[in-house]
Parts: sequence; structure tokens; C-alpha cells
Amino acid sequence: MNMIKDYEMVIGLEVHCELGTNTKIFCGCPTSFGAEPNTQCCPVCMGMPGTLPVLNKQVVEYAIKAGMATNCTIARYSKQDRKNYFYPDLPKAYQISQYDLPLCEHGWLEIESENGTKKIGITRIHIEEDAGKLVHVPGKGTMVDCNRCGVPLIEIVSEPDIRSAEEAVAYFKKLRAIILYTGISDCKMQEGSMRCDVNLSVRKKGTEKFGTRTEMKNLNSFTFIQKAIEYEYKRQVEEIEKGGVIVQETRRYDQSSGKTYSMRKKEDANDYRYFPDPDLAPIVMPEEKLKELKASIPTLPDERKKKYVDSFGLTPYDAELITNDMATADYFEEAASETEYPKILANLIIAEVMKLYDTENGSIVIAPSHMAQIAEMQGNGDINSSVAKKIIKSLRDNDGDAREYVKENNLGQINDEALLRSYINEAVEKNPKSAADYKKGKTAAAKAIMGQVMSKTQGRGNPILIDRLLTEILNSLK
Amino acid sequence: MNITDLTVKELSEKLKSREISSLEATKEYFDKIEKTDGEINAYVRLTRDAAVRQAEEADKIIAEGKATPLTGIPYGMKDNICTKGSVTSCASKMLENFNPPYDAFVTKKMLGENAIMLGKTNMDEFAMGSTTENSAFKVTKNPRNTERVPGGSSGGSAAAVAANEAAFTLGSDTGGSIRQPAAFCGVVGFKPTYGTVSRNGLVAFASSLDQIGPLTKNVEDAAIVLNAVAGHDALDSTSVDRAYDDFTSEMTMGVKGMKAALPKEYFGEGINPEVKEAVMNAAKAFEKMGAEIEEVSIPAMEYALPAYYVISSSEASSNLARFDGVRYGYRADGEYEDMDDFYKNTRSEGFGKEVKRRIMLGSFALSSGYYDAYYKKALQVRTLIINDFNKIFEKHDFIISPVAPTVAYKIGEKMAAPVEMYLGDIYTVPVNIAGLPAISMPCGNDSEGLPIGMQLIGKAFSEKTLIRAGYAFEKEGL
Repeated sequence: MNMIKDYEMVIGLEVHCELGTNTKIFCGCPTSFGAEPNTQCCPVCMGMPGTLPVLNKQVVEYAIKAGMATNCTIARYSKQDRKNYFYPDLPKAYQISQYDLPLCEHGWLEIESENGTKKIGITRIHIEEDAGKLVHVPGKGTMVDCNRCGVPLIEIVSEPDIRSAEEAVAYFKKLRAIILYTGISDCKMQEGSMRCDVNLSVRKKGTEKFGTRTEMKNLNSFTFIQKAIEYEYKRQVEEIEKGGVIVQETRRYDQSSGKTYSMRKKEDANDYRYFPDPDLAPIVMPEEKLKELKASIPTLPDERKKKYVDSFGLTPYDAELITNDMATADYFEEAASETEYPKILANLIIAEVMKLYDTENGSIVIAPSHMAQIAEMQGNGDINSSVAKKIIKSLRDNDGDAREYVKENNLGQINDEALLRSYINEAVEKNPKSAADYKKGKTAAAKAIMGQVMSKTQGRGNPILIDRLLTEILNSLK
Repeated sequence: MNITDLTVKELSEKLKSREISSLEATKEYFDKIEKTDGEINAYVRLTRDAAVRQAEEADKIIAEGKATPLTGIPYGMKDNICTKGSVTSCASKMLENFNPPYDAFVTKKMLGENAIMLGKTNMDEFAMGSTTENSAFKVTKNPRNTERVPGGSSGGSAAAVAANEAAFTLGSDTGGSIRQPAAFCGVVGFKPTYGTVSRNGLVAFASSLDQIGPLTKNVEDAAIVLNAVAGHDALDSTSVDRAYDDFTSEMTMGVKGMKAALPKEYFGEGINPEVKEAVMNAAKAFEKMGAEIEEVSIPAMEYALPAYYVISSSEASSNLARFDGVRYGYRADGEYEDMDDFYKNTRSEGFGKEVKRRIMLGSFALSSGYYDAYYKKALQVRTLIINDFNKIFEKHDFIISPVAPTVAYKIGEKMAAPVEMYLGDIYTVPVNIAGLPAISMPCGNDSEGLPIGMQLIGKAFSEKTLIRAGYAFEKEGL
């Protein structure tokens, strides 16, 4: 398919994120996930007649923190509006949201894309209440569970700045990292506390005008976002190439088939009849409060990333990987303060990061100082990288002093030239074919000999030194 | 002595002196209701058993010397104010069996005072109407002339007081729903400043306009009941957080030196000459008592009625959307094709004609493409009206006006002409639009002996001024 290269995709994301407040946005009901149906609701979140909403202040503060962390302008005066539509999971038949005066606007964040660092604009962040859930019970029909009604959400709307599935995923990951740093949400995608709507259109490369977009709703994993975008992009291009037109509509991504299906055409879309909610006063933020909130935001991924690149010499890509998770970044920083070799440390953490975490409680099991020792030893040439990995594996089960471990297990790197020469000569003699191939110009043949030398040293030989000596010896052969 | 003839003040004194018991008074009221309510139809439901229990409890409290001004006083509650364990139907088929699991703020206040609720009073369905003919259950008759309507929407509350079927009642006023029926029935009705009485537990009609207030036999009683229901409520975000001292504290100070305003727009086209004459005479009486009277103008008055119908219907269309048959209330029987069908059937059958008219009007006004022309315009008019009133209150203590252009209509007279009916609200709606307090009280009778009402309007939170002026007029003006 050549024609697909003539097109580019234009993507904007709407990300919904449940806020980690203890209570709901307009009442005192708990927000915890997974309770028995209709046990975490009251007349207010069930919208019963005569009940009134009272805004949870923490929701506003959390949303503002999200805005501050994504470089938004924070509204000094904001209001809440009703979005009217009928659906059985929406007890009041309107959702309290924000229409024309959202709390946060005009922000941005940076992602690492294949073309380097890229800025993605954030149009707005607003607060709203979640709806309930419909549960389909075979033989009984459809039931309404109101537990989720009134769980606070922020909706983060991006500019249509995203041009590939990878960028979309990078944006989503970055946004998730930032939100996790601010501590306002647990961003648990499998529980639906962070989910994403993708608006996608295509256009011929070099053209300015946007194509007609479709919206794919409620994607809740990086993989689904990636796959849904790839499928929908291809579908739109093919449709246009066939001479068809793209219809503005909502589409559903089906996980099992990997395809998107039309759900609702634009003409069937609701007229939400937004208007200011007369039950709620405008939200006015005093300057003092904003200052206080600003001060409560920890150092964010981008700032840390910059430090890692500038002071530690990490590549932006590696720095992004480490900073995407605050615990990993904290760990890295603590360990980095104890070694001269932060790059080696970073590589070890990135390569072995999954092994570092205790899957049960999510904490890192190897003490940062021990990790620093490993990087230090590798950097000094005391051990090689495969030994480093071996140590990590061992300390994962029984954390302890890395130097002691090396000593006890005799894992120190062999840097003795004479000894290594003797091992190499022995290996060359045993593999005359490889040596001959090498002489014929097949440089890869040296690898087989290298492997034998390494195994002779039980993996402890200095690989750089061996490589140099081996080349020397092979070249000197007649 | 007839117990049911007594004012709240008088009855309270007799209860405290143990001349009569609350149980006796309560039984006396039920006897009276039995005798006359078969014809008047002021009540949609009686709560006899609970009332008897409460009266016995009240008598104990009185005996302990712990009585407050409303302890043991039998009263009627408008059927749109939630009473836990007792059906609250808003005189609608939609909520015919709705038994709220919570009490309204004012219900709690009444319980706290140990006042005795006799029953729920009839009203226009969801408080929409000016005659109480829109009740889904019965047509209330005007006790002064049973061929006439009692006014509305708090027609049951007004009729109950006028017929001595309650010592006082509570009503709600969105565009005149306390004041107009008070005028038609010849009793006192008080609409407090918006935010004075919590709306928590009042089934919302138009949230930015609704306000609960008393209907009583005289001005002093209105002040006494206001004392019991005014106050800040953290569960209503529009409740004003301020201290309210005794509303009777300035009652007897007279009007000498006060400045009253007569807005010429209140005496223009459409007013019944006898109504005009009676109110003009009242103004003269105020002058005689030492007040200064000056003619003023409210230029924005001509837009008040359309603005009111746009704002109130828009809010109502959203407030009443929750009555969808999913969780409680009326649900249409029979087959339906899909959810839309289900909603349509339920709402078509569950709501009366006037309610549906307003829902449609409001939905239209909020629709995309019409919002600016209607809702937004109406909000602009609201600002103009507030400004006009503010200007008057820079120089004047209160405004004297008629409550309605006419006396009570004949039953059935206006039902076929909704717009004519709406025109009857012309003098009361500006007060709600501006959120001001106003008292409605008798100022004479027409040639057929039908009561004529006078309205005194004050600036926000000037309830005491209105009570002072109203009390003076009651004592000396008639």
C-alpha cells in the first residue's frame, strides 16, 4: 500500500481521569472501586428530587494541580454547567461539567517522538462527574449501578497536534506520568480510572485543511490506543482512496477483531443544551490558594529529564523512560548520588527495571546504594555488564552489599592480559575454521572464539580487552 | 373561642400557658379539615397518625418548659417539600408514590421546633401554574368564594390558612407562587430573599428562582415562621451564610419617615381598576402613617415576564429531566421499542399538560442555535431588572405594588388560555428575577367581596423592613 504514505493522520486526545479524592464530587459518598452495586451512593449522587450538589473543594484543587503541571493558564473565575441528555446510568439526566469557562486552558507537554522532542498542546482541563454503570445480567435484563455516579473526573483535551499512533501513546504515557507525579489520581487503566477518546482524521501530506474526524471512545490501554489508531487511519485512507467520504461519527474499537465500528452518526448526536448550573456558585480562586497549590507540586518529569540529560549525560530517550515513573526516577536519583557512572546506572535500571520491582507491593527491592555499587564496579572495570546483571538477579532475592557478593562469588573482572592471551590462543587453536574464516574477511567469525574465551573466564573476562587482544592475535596469524 | 381561628402567636401562648394542649389543637384542626376540606381540597394527603404522635411529644416538651415559638402548632406543608416517610408528590402522577428517604431542610426545622404537620397541601403540578388547577389530583377551591381558584401554585397552602385548616403553611415561590395565592385567598404570604431559606429538599422547579416561605393569617405570624426557617445550610450552595436576628425585632416601629416607591409600570395597562384603587388607597394610608410616597419607574419591567418564562422553563426542563421512570416514580406500562420510546411513554403519561408545555419551552430555549437569542438574553434582562431595583432602593425603603392585576379567577376560566394566565404573574416575577424579598397581604376587597392583595418589595435581606411596614399597615392602614 503505497498510497498510505501520501497521507498523514491528525489526532487529538480527550483523556478522562478519575481523581483520587476520598469522597465524590458533590456528596460525601466514598469513591473506592469494586464495591457491591449501589452501596456507595446516596440521594445526592442518585439525583433524587430536592437534593442539591455541594462541590468538593479538593476536586477543584486537584484539577488545578493537573493544569499547573501541564503548563495551563488557571482560571480565576470558572463555573459549572449542565450537560443534558437521557441515559439510564445518568440519574439526573444531566451531567454537571464545565462548558465555556473550564478551570485550566492553553497548556502543553513534551513528548519524545521519532523526530525528537515534540510539544503537544493542551486545549483545556475541566472537572465533571462520572456517570453510573449499566450491568447486563443474563435473564434479568439491564441493571443500573450508581456507585460510580458522582466520582470526580477531569477531562484533558489535547490540541490536534498528534501525528502518529506512537506519538499518541507517548502523549498518553507522559500525561499519565505527570498526573501520577502530582498524586491526584492512581491512573489505573484496567479499572477505568484513566481512559481515552481518540479523535482522528486524515489528510494528504502538505495540505492544511483537516479532514472529517471520527471519535473512538473509552480506550483504556496503550495497546488499544495504538491498534485502534492504526486501524482507523488505514480505514479512513482506504475509504478516501476508494472515492468514499468520511462521516463524522463515534466509532467503537473492538478489542477482539482489532477493528472499529460505527456507533452513532453526528446527526444522531445529542444537543446537550448546556447552561450554567443554577445550584452551584461560580468557582473563584484566590491568588493565595493558587500559590499554595503551585508550591505543592513536586518536580515534574520534564524538569527531571532535563537534569538527567544535562548533568548525568543520559540520552533524552533514556531520561524519558526513567522519568515516566516517579518511583523509578526517585530511585535513580538516589542511586546516582552515589556513583560516578549515572549512564551505566541508567542502563542497568532500564534493562532490569521489571526485575527491580516487587510485583506484590510495587516497591523496588534492591537498595539504591547497592545498585550504585554495581554501576560503580562496572564503570571502574571491576565487573563486566553480564556480571552486573547476575548480581542484580541475585540481590533481587537477597539484597546485600554488591562488593561483598562479587568477592564471595569470585566474580571480579579478569583484566590480566597474559592470562587472557593464553585463553585466546587456546581457543584459536581449537577453532582453526573460525580463524581461517576471519582471515578471509568474515569478521563475524571472531564472535564464536570470543564466546569460548568468555565461557573460559566464566563470564568474568573484560570484554573490551578480550576483543582487542583477539583482533591482535587473529591478525598476527599467518 | 375557636382554636382554628387563632393566630400562631395566640395559639402558642395558649399552649405555653397550658390552656389548651397541642393534641387538642391538632384534633381540632383535623375536625375542621374533615368539615370543610371535602369542598376546599386544600390538602392532597393528611398525616394524621404522625401528627397525633408529634402533638403528644410536643405537649411533653411544653410541659418541660422547653417550647419554642412553633412547638405544638399545627401546620400544612406544600407537597413539593420533602418529608421523610411521607409521600411527596408535587401533585404529579409522576411522583404519586414517591416517598423520600430524607427530610427537606425546612422539614427538619419544623421537626426541631416540634411543629405538627397536618398534611401536604395541594399545588399546581411541580409548582407550575397560577390556579392550582394543574394538580394531577384535585382542584382546590378558594375559601372566600368556592367558585374561584385559590391562586397558585401554593393554592393549597393559601386555602388551608384562609379556611382555618392550618395555623400556618409553608409554600414555595418561583414567580409568585406564595404571594399570588395569598392575595387571592386574603392571607399573608412572604417570599424571602433568595438564599435565606435553604432549597435543600424542595423539589426544584427553577433553581435560581425558587424560594420557600410562609403563608399565615397575619404579618407577625409570617415573621415568627420566618424565624424558624431562615438560616444557612451548607448543603445548599445558594444558601447565604449570614446571621439572621429576630424578624419581629423592628416590627412595631411604624413607618414614619420611611420612603416608599410606587413604580408606574405596576399600575399600567391590564390592571383591574378595583385592584388599582385598593392599592392606591393603601399607598395613601402609608402616607397618612407618615411614610413618604414617590412614583418611580422600572423600565426593564416590560421584559420581565418573557425573561421569567425563558429562565424558569429552561431550568425546569433540566430539573425535571430526572423523572424518567428508571429508578422511581411513574413508569409507563406496556411495550416499548427502545430507551427513547420508554422515556417518551413514561414522560408523556406521567406529566400533565402545563408541565410538558414548560419542558418543551425550556428545551427549545436552551437548544443549540437558540441559546443566545433566548436564555442568554433572559439573563441580560435579569441584570437590567436588578439594576432598576437597585436604583430604586438607593432612595427608597420599599416598593408598594399590587400582587396580581386581578382578583381570583373563576375555576376553569384561564385553563384554555395559558398566555393570559402567564400575564397574571407580571407583578410577582420581577421579584424572583432579582432575588428580592416581598410580602403579599390583604389591602381590601373588590365589589364582589373578593380579596385584593398588596405587595411590598424590599431590597435583599430587608425582610425586617417589610415586616415593619406590613405590620403597621395591618394595624392602622385598613
